[in-house]
Amino acid sequence: MQEVYLILGMFLVTFGVRFVLFAVAGRAHFPVWLNHALGFVPPAVLTAIIVPAVLMPEGEIWFSWRNPWLLAGACAFVIALVRKDLMTTIVAGMFIFMLLRFVVGL
Amino acid sequence: MQSIPRSEFYAGVKATLPLIVGAIPFGIIFGTLAETSGLSAWGAMAMSVFVYAGSSQFIALGLLAAGAALPIIILTTFVVNLRHLLYAANLVPKTGHLPLRWRVMMAFGLTDETFAAVSNRFLRESSHSTAHWFYLGSFLAMYGNWILCTFIGIVLGGLFPDMTDWGLDFAMSVTFIGMVVPYLTNRPMWGAVLVAGAMAVATAFMPHKLGLIVAALCGIAVGLSLSLRQSQRTKTLQEAE
Repeated sequence: MQEVYLILGMFLVTFGVRFVLFAVAGRAHFPVWLNHALGFVPPAVLTAIIVPAVLMPEGEIWFSWRNPWLLAGACAFVIALVRKDLMTTIVAGMFIFMLLRFVVGL
Repeated sequence: MQSIPRSEFYAGVKATLPLIVGAIPFGIIFGTLAETSGLSAWGAMAMSVFVYAGSSQFIALGLLAAGAALPIIILTTFVVNLRHLLYAANLVPKTGHLPLRWRVMMAFGLTDETFAAVSNRFLRESSHSTAHWFYLGSFLAMYGNWILCTFIGIVLGGLFPDMTDWGLDFAMSVTFIGMVVPYLTNRPMWGAVLVAGAMAVATAFMPHKLGLIVAALCGIAVGLSLSLRQSQRTKTLQEAE
């Protein structure tokens, strides 16, 4: 029974947060500066997820070329800048990461 | 289904596939850890089906195992999911014309991965009229995978305790890298991204992923002020001419 309440509660707060702005869509009008600011949301949030994931993959800052997450992440960043193709970046980045971890043994 | 909605739907599925690879170990590990954390197999399945929020589900397991009270777990879930407000705020101006049932689907299916895939779709194509089919494809692929992986995790139990060492978690990082780079076309964007990344490391000590929200807000603030300064400068230049 405890679990039912746990899942119900988690559902309510999760869906509530996700839905509140969608619910008023169309009626909510954001000021110009806010609309402008929202354009920065995707790159800012995604970067805030990526950087700790590659710079501190095991919880502590690991700034070294021996860190395969960081090294492969940097390679993927350069590939994305040069090739501008998502699939190329993903495949090449994963390949470099696997190579570093399981062949080079970093 | 007409052909344009169908191709949008499959484009949504396709754009989300690399992110799904990244989510597979997490779904399986969630299912594997559930029983030892004090959540029944049915409870774990129900959580993936009804809550559908990866990081919250993991934190809930951790808190359950630590013997935390129910209100604490629910409150923590709320805080961890606050970043979805930012996502929704970004998507709402593009979805206001849709009927409520579509917006309910979008809200329920709002995850880091689907948000990333959909905002990338908006960046590449300016037409919004069929983008909700893209969203549906991304959501169903992600959702189906999450439920399936939870199930596999529960069934396989402790057969693969070293899944975390496979390095599949890097798939999410590399996909997000490929998605961020196309935004980097001007100085305000570079400023926003550099500050968000540095602040994310500086605030990593904060509990419940709060640092993620703080870092994103700092990046957004810097990007906004840089672009306001830039547009002011061009205005003064135009007035000088």
